Amino acid sequence: MSAEGTVIAIVLATVGAGTPLVYAALGELVVEKSGVLNLGVEGMMLLGAVVGFIAAVESGSVVVAALAGMGAGAGASLLFAFLTLTLQANQVATGLALTIFGVGVSAFLGLDYTSVALESLAGVHVPLLSDLPILGALVFSFDPLVYLSFAVFVAVTVFLYRSRWGLVLRGVGEAPASAHALGYDVIGIRYLAVLFGGAMAGLGGMYLSVVYTPVWVESMTAGRGWIALALVVFATWRPARVMLGAYLFGGTTILQFHIQGAGVDVASQILSMLPYVATIVVLVLISRDATKIRLNAPAALGQAYHPDV
Amino acid sequence: MVRLESRPQPSQRMRYASPLLAAGLTLVTGFALFTLLGEDPLHAFYTFFVAPVDDFYGWGELGVKATPLVLIGLGLAIGFRANVWNIGAEGQLTIGAACGGGLALWLHDSQSPLLLPAMIVVGALGGMAWASIPALLRTRFNANEILVSLMLAYVAVLLLSYLVHGPWKDPDGYGFPESRLFGDAALMPLLVAGTRLHAGLAVALAAVVLCWLFTARSFLAYQMRVAGLAAPAARYAGFRRSRTIWVGLLSGGAAAGIAGVGEVAGPIGQLLPSVSPGYGFAAIIVAFVGRLHPLGILFAGLLMALLYLGGESAQIELGLPSAVTGLFQGLLLFYLLGSDVFINFRLRIGRRAVASGESAATP
Amino acid sequence: MTAHGSARGRAVTLITAALVSTVALLAAPAGMAAEPLKVGFVYVSPIGDAGWTYQHDIARKKMEAELGERVETRFVESVPEGAEAERVIRELAASGHGLVFTTSFGYMNPTIKVAKAFPDTIFEHATGYKRAPNVGTYVARFYEGRYLTGIVAGKMTRSNVAGYVAAFPIPEVIRGINAFTRGMRSVNPDAQVKVIWVNSWFDPGREREAADALIAQGADVITHHTDSTAPALAAEEKGVHVIGYHSDMSKYAPTAHLTASTHDWSEHYLRTARAVLDGSWASAAVWGGIREGMVKLAPFGAAVPDAVRELVLAQQRDIVSGALHPFAGPVRDQDGNERVAAGATMTDEAMLTMDYYVEGVQGKLPK
Repeated sequence: MSAEGTVIAIVLATVGAGTPLVYAALGELVVEKSGVLNLGVEGMMLLGAVVGFIAAVESGSVVVAALAGMGAGAGASLLFAFLTLTLQANQVATGLALTIFGVGVSAFLGLDYTSVALESLAGVHVPLLSDLPILGALVFSFDPLVYLSFAVFVAVTVFLYRSRWGLVLRGVGEAPASAHALGYDVIGIRYLAVLFGGAMAGLGGMYLSVVYTPVWVESMTAGRGWIALALVVFATWRPARVMLGAYLFGGTTILQFHIQGAGVDVASQILSMLPYVATIVVLVLISRDATKIRLNAPAALGQAYHPDV
Repeated sequence: MVRLESRPQPSQRMRYASPLLAAGLTLVTGFALFTLLGEDPLHAFYTFFVAPVDDFYGWGELGVKATPLVLIGLGLAIGFRANVWNIGAEGQLTIGAACGGGLALWLHDSQSPLLLPAMIVVGALGGMAWASIPALLRTRFNANEILVSLMLAYVAVLLLSYLVHGPWKDPDGYGFPESRLFGDAALMPLLVAGTRLHAGLAVALAAVVLCWLFTARSFLAYQMRVAGLAAPAARYAGFRRSRTIWVGLLSGGAAAGIAGVGEVAGPIGQLLPSVSPGYGFAAIIVAFVGRLHPLGILFAGLLMALLYLGGESAQIELGLPSAVTGLFQGLLLFYLLGSDVFINFRLRIGRRAVASGESAATP
Repeated sequence: MTAHGSARGRAVTLITAALVSTVALLAAPAGMAAEPLKVGFVYVSPIGDAGWTYQHDIARKKMEAELGERVETRFVESVPEGAEAERVIRELAASGHGLVFTTSFGYMNPTIKVAKAFPDTIFEHATGYKRAPNVGTYVARFYEGRYLTGIVAGKMTRSNVAGYVAAFPIPEVIRGINAFTRGMRSVNPDAQVKVIWVNSWFDPGREREAADALIAQGADVITHHTDSTAPALAAEEKGVHVIGYHSDMSKYAPTAHLTASTHDWSEHYLRTARAVLDGSWASAAVWGGIREGMVKLAPFGAAVPDAVRELVLAQQRDIVSGALHPFAGPVRDQDGNERVAAGATMTDEAMLTMDYYVEGVQGKLPK
C-alpha cells in the first residue's frame, strides 16, 4: 500500500478507535459539568454494549440497537442517580460499585449471545463525494454512528456554551446552593445530566460491540470506560479537547501497532505504554496554566447536594 | 408522599443499623435471584456466605484475600478524607511488588532474616515512588491526580509484564513469563500452619491501629480532614494544600506497595505478569464502604473478601456462572452505600411539616 | 464441526445441564452404588463461543457425554493466574474431585503446591513442564497445524505478506509464528510475515485494531494467536483472507475464512478419566499432535482451490507418518544463523525454549 494509503488508513482507524471514547467522554463531561462524578462509565458502557448487541441480533437494525444501548446505559445511570442524588450515597464509591455491577450484569445478560456472529454495518457511500481522492476517503467513508458522534459533539458544545439551559447546568455544577436559591431544581437537573451521560456511555459501548468489532464478549470494553473518564479530566472539561484527547489516545494506539508492524526494535510492552504516557504528557502541558483549569472544573464536582442541608 | 428530611444530627443508631438494613435487602434480593435461577435460596446463601469459611482453611483464605484490600483501603482513605483522589493503587501495588520481588530475585541465594523486611521497605518505597509522580505533577503542574494515577496503573502493569517476559524471566522456565520462585528467606512466614495466612495480615492489622492513631491523634490528619471538608477554611488557616496532596498520595502508594510485596512474597511466591486481580480498584470501594474509618475498612475488607470467596464457592458447588457473582456483589455494594442515607436523613411519610421554612424554595 | 451449535442453544443447554446436575446431586440419596468420579476444570477466561477455554469446555462435555454417570464434572471460569488459582484448585480437590484439569500455564506452580497437599487427587496441567507423582502435563503440537495453515496462506496470498496478531512473546506463540512462516515459505519463498503484539490474550477492540493495521500494511492473509474472533471479523469486513486459531471461525468470516488450526482435547480427557477410573493413570508428559488427534484443521473455506487442499492434506499425511517435520533442518533464524543443520530435526527441548524468529518473519523479537 502507498504511503498515502497508509496515512489514510491510520486516520480512519484512529477515528474508529476514538469514537467509543468520544461518546462516553462527552456524556461524562455533561455529567461532571452538573457537579456529579460518575465513575461507573465502564459498567454503563458494558451494559450498552451487551443490550445493544442483543437488540442488533434480534432486530437486525442498527437504529434499534443504538436506542437499546442508550436505554441500557441510561437505566444503569438511573440507579446511580437514585443512590447518589436521592439517597446521597458517596459518588466515587457508587460509581465503582456500578462498574462491578455492570460487569456482572452484562456478562449474565450476554451468556446466550457471546460471540454470536453479526453482520457488520457498512459505511455510508456518498456518491461522487466518497470517490474524491484522499478527501473522499477521509471525510465521507465512515459509518453513520461516527457522523452522529460529530453531531453530538456540536450539540453538547452549543448546549453548554450557547444555551440558557447549558448555563443553568453549569451553574448547578458550580454553585448548587445558589442555583437552588434561584429556583432551579438542582437534583432534577443533575438527574437529567446523569441520564444523558449514561445514554452516551451506552451508545459508546454499543458502537464497540455492534459496529466496531462487531462481537459481544464479557468485559470487552477492556478499560475504555476508564480512559473516557480520564479524557474528561484531560480535556479540562471542554468538549473540543475531549475530541482531541479521544483521537490522540486512539491514534497513539493505532500508531504503535503500525510501528510494530513496520518492525521497529522496541519491546511491545513499552510501545503499548505510549497512549497512556502521551495522555499524561499532554495533560501536564495543558494543565500548567492553573487558572484556566480552575475556570473550567466544576467547583461542586463530586459533592453531594441536598436542598435541606 | 415519601420524602427525605435531613436530621439535625447524624443518627448514631442508624450508623450501626444501616449495614443491617443493607444485609436485609441483600437477603431479600438474593432470595428472589436464586429462586429465579432455580436454586434453593437457603442452600445458595449457605454456599455463598457460610461454606467458604466453614473450615479452618477457609478462614485463612478470608484473611489472605482481605489483607491487601484492608491495607490499600487504609492508605487510600487517608487521601480520600482530604479529597485527594488516588485511583491508581493497582499500579502502585504492581510497582511495589516489582521492587520487592526484584530484590528477592537479585538476592536469590540470601538466607538473611533481613531480606523480607528489606523487601517490604523497598516495596513501600516503590509504591510511594509511583504515587509521587501524580503528586509531583499535581503540585508542580496542576495535573489532575485522578487521570495521572489511573494512566500510570496501566503503565505499571505493562512494565511488570515487560520485566517478567524479558530480563526477569526464569532462566530455567522454558521461556514462560514467570520469574524464579523466591528463596525461603524472601517468603512471608505463615501465621497458622495448614493455611496460607501469612505475616502480611499482621502488617495489615498493625496498620489498622496506626491509622486509627494517626486519624484520631495527629494534627496533620486534622489539617487534612479540614482540607477535605472545607478547602477555603484550610487555606485561611494556613494549611498547605501541597502537603495534603503529597501525604494523601504517598500513604496510598506505600500501603499499596506493601500489599504488593505481601502478594508476591505471600501466596504467589514469585513474580507473574499480573500479581493482583484488581485489589487496587476494589480497595477504593472497601475504603468507602468502611466509611473511611480504620475499623470500618477492616470489616469492609473482610466482607469484600467473603464476596469473592462466595462467588468461587457458588461456581464449584452450584455451577452458577461467574457472571452471577458480579451481579450479586454489585447489588450488595449498592445497598450498603444506599443505606447510609439514613444516618443523615430520615424518611418522612405524608405531607410536609408546615413548620418547614424553606418549602417555598423547594420546587 | 458439530461442536458449533447456536450460541443461544449452547448456553441454554449449559445452564440446564448445570441446574439438572445440581438438582440431581442434591436429590441423590447418600451411598448410591458406585460414586461417580468428580472431575474439576479450572478455566482462565469465560467459556465464550470460540477460543482456548471454549475448546477445553467442548472436550469436557464430550467426555461427560461419553462416560455418562461414571463422571460428574464441574468448572470454574475466569480464574486469574496467581494467588486465586491455588485456592480454587484446592477447593476442587477438597470438595471430593478425584481428577482436576488446570488449563492454563499460570496454574503450574499452584497445581504443584496443591498436589502436594492432596496426594490422592490426580491433577493434569495443560502446557506446563513441572510434574509430580500425581500431576501429569499435556499440551498439543500446535505448530503442526500452524505449518499446514502457513501453506494455505502461502498459496493464497497475492501480496506475499501475511499478518499475525499475537498476544505475548512466549515460546508457544513464537513457535506458532515460526511454523506458520516456514509453512508459508515452503510454497512461496518470497513470503513475509508481519507480527503485532497486542499484549493481551483477549481484547477484541485491540485485536481488531492490530488486524486493521496489518491489513493497511499490505497483509492479505490474517491469522492470530489471541482469543477473540475480532481478527476474523476484521478480515471479513476488509475483504482479505483469515486463518483462525483455537476454534473454527468460519461462521464469523464466511467468505474470508480459509481454514483454522484447532485443538481437540476430548480424546485426552476421555482417556485420562478412564485411566483414573480403572486405576491405571500414571503421571506423564503428553505432547500430542495431528497424529494423536489433538490438533486438527478446520474445514477449508470455499476460496481454497482443490489443488491447495490436496497439497495441504498430502503434507498433513506426511506429518502424521513422520516424513515431514515443520522444523526439519536447515532452520535459519532471521539473522541468518543456522539453528538446525540440514538433515537434522529440531529437538523438543529446542522447540520448547524457542526465543527467536526464523527467516521470513519481519521485525525484531522484543528481548
